[in-house]
Amino acid sequence: MNRKLFKGGNVVDVLRRKVSKADVLVEEGFILAVEPSIEASDAEVINCDGLFIVPGLIDMHAHLREPGEEHKEDIGTGTSAAIHGGYVAVVSMPNTNPPCDNRSVVEYILRRSKEEDKAEVLPCGTITKGRKGLELAELSDMHEGGAVAFSDDGSWVQHSGVMRRALEYTKFFNGLIISHAEDSTLTHMGLANESALTTKLGLRGMPIAAETIAIFRDIELARLTGGRLHIAHVSSKDSIELIKRAKEADIKVTAEVTPHHLLFDENKLVDYDSNYKVNPPLRSAEDREALLDALKKGIIDVIATDHAPHADFEKMDEFNAAPFGMIWLDFAFPVLYQSLVTSGKLDLIKLVESMSLKPAKILGLEKLGAIEKGYRASFFAFNPETEIKIDREFIKSRAYNTPLYNFKVKGKIEWTLKDGKIYRH
Amino acid sequence: MQIKRKDLLGLEDLTREEIEIILDTAKSMREILDRPIKKVPTLKGKTVVNMFFEPSTRTQSSFDLAAKRLSADTVSVSTKGSAVQKGESLLDTLLNIDAMKADAFIVRHWASGAPHFLAKHTEAAVINAGDGTHEHPTQALLDMLTMEDRFGKIEGLRVLIVGDILHSRVARSNIFGLKKMGAHVTLAGPPTLLPEYFKELGVEICYDIDEAVKDKDVIMALRIQKERLEEAYFPSIREYRKYFGITRERLKKASKNAVIMHPGPVNWGVELDFDLIQERESLILDQVTNGVAIRMAVLYLFIRGEKAHE
Repeated sequence: MNRKLFKGGNVVDVLRRKVSKADVLVEEGFILAVEPSIEASDAEVINCDGLFIVPGLIDMHAHLREPGEEHKEDIGTGTSAAIHGGYVAVVSMPNTNPPCDNRSVVEYILRRSKEEDKAEVLPCGTITKGRKGLELAELSDMHEGGAVAFSDDGSWVQHSGVMRRALEYTKFFNGLIISHAEDSTLTHMGLANESALTTKLGLRGMPIAAETIAIFRDIELARLTGGRLHIAHVSSKDSIELIKRAKEADIKVTAEVTPHHLLFDENKLVDYDSNYKVNPPLRSAEDREALLDALKKGIIDVIATDHAPHADFEKMDEFNAAPFGMIWLDFAFPVLYQSLVTSGKLDLIKLVESMSLKPAKILGLEKLGAIEKGYRASFFAFNPETEIKIDREFIKSRAYNTPLYNFKVKGKIEWTLKDGKIYRH
Repeated sequence: MQIKRKDLLGLEDLTREEIEIILDTAKSMREILDRPIKKVPTLKGKTVVNMFFEPSTRTQSSFDLAAKRLSADTVSVSTKGSAVQKGESLLDTLLNIDAMKADAFIVRHWASGAPHFLAKHTEAAVINAGDGTHEHPTQALLDMLTMEDRFGKIEGLRVLIVGDILHSRVARSNIFGLKKMGAHVTLAGPPTLLPEYFKELGVEICYDIDEAVKDKDVIMALRIQKERLEEAYFPSIREYRKYFGITRERLKKASKNAVIMHPGPVNWGVELDFDLIQERESLILDQVTNGVAIRMAVLYLFIRGEKAHE
């Protein structure tokens, strides 16, 4: 039976900004109809009573570690985690080994994505050859091969002239440049936010100025060139101010925040738990609140996970030696739902739209990110009443580096539908 | 008198009472050091492992001697020639040695928080012998014991700490300890090595040494590490001495009773001028002697204290 009828769920409609009970009819990977009540005798009926039907999530920022670091994660385990967490598409960042700096790596990632047939992988190419910050990579060729954006993620393109050319050059195909905004001459060997707390803890600081200086320059280059700029993992109040002003000046800039910068602040570092070691670092409680506020006001467009898997033996080390990053794909949505929506800090529509429709729009993904007639049949069922436990049995990622390990969270993704194919969890 | 915690990770966590217990115990331990036979059977059958992941002469020998004075068996692990050089992780090292059933680990490590990490993975007592730029609790305890010996009490003392505060674990532990015991602490040094964040620890900050030395009872200089010069925290050793060194001339502005302290080893002619030793009372060698007594006290209290926290 090709037709599927999803009956009686609470459909999260991000286009009309409402949640209402509706039936969704799906055929050949597309949504045929979304109506208060649909009768289709030839369709397989899936009962959605008590469930939220949510547009498939799109992660603009994840590290799938393939090629090169498959002991941490690979495209198979990464996309299993993604589909498990309600994601139907994931942008894979290019700081792999070798880096994704040419069309052959882009095509390799797309082929592996098709072979795995879970969440779709959207390759992000590097801005510069070898991520060295010196010469432009073959941006247009990578775009033609399927790269959705370009970033030297993990490093900022320090050379202003090169960054200017990247923003300028990609205009002929409306390319998107993602900036990892960090002036590394200010964060050299840094481990945590530069503050009174981390000074007391003896952790080498990374000042907020390292981020704002980088954002300021990149915004000015976007103004100069008219290119499209996206600021990755914004971490501070001061950065928000710069983005706000740029948007008011109609500069083509968008921005993302990670779940960890929304939920945690630097006070978590007092026990030197390396699971909280992330880059950019967790900032003050004031910064955390400002980020949530900026998300609500639309200054920050997207929640992207910066899913950064690492093997146990790498994270279980002294704080200095442990790598940066934490995993999110399996459980970002339930955790954010419980911490932000249930507590009344953020409304459900805003949460969902920042994880589905907005990334789809920024990445130029057609017919994705909403539950609407003619859109791709990619959505998931969320049961807000069922509890999950974030442990080894639950996590489908190859890595377990999360401070939420063994935590219980209320809210379970029952199944994810991607282009009409159902993945039950 | 007992300490009811498993580990000594820093002075920030300790209460004033706990610090007093350690200082008092150290005084009785010092008596042992003055006997002709400097050994007691207190920790006989206990095993103390020195894990020094960073070069150290005085702290390591001080701990080693302290353990031996109390009849504990000691083993030393250092990065040189060990499996750490083969790429073994800190946790691997600990778990393997832990499996050999040690009672205490003395940990010196270049990374802040390394002893905290180890403490979570072992039942044995973990004693922080200096972690990165975080804390060096036994050094501060021996400093406080030295001050108490000289002045009779710590409460109300005016202590100046001069130098590379940013990277100094000695400074942090002293700030936590001295504040808890009621002393007034002033910090001085170039702003690159003394960020204003330190104000939040309840201390005064002064960038003018001539001003800072006035009315102080204790002037504690910290070692300037030569690599800081390469990192451009200040322009030259010459300029450092000129503006932040404790010179004979400068000390004339300090109170008459002011004493000089330094955690050692001293760069003579940089942090301290050698000739001021003739003029002023230096407690630098008393600090070293008290180091053994403090470490004996700490081993005694934390290893023996085992039963209390079981």
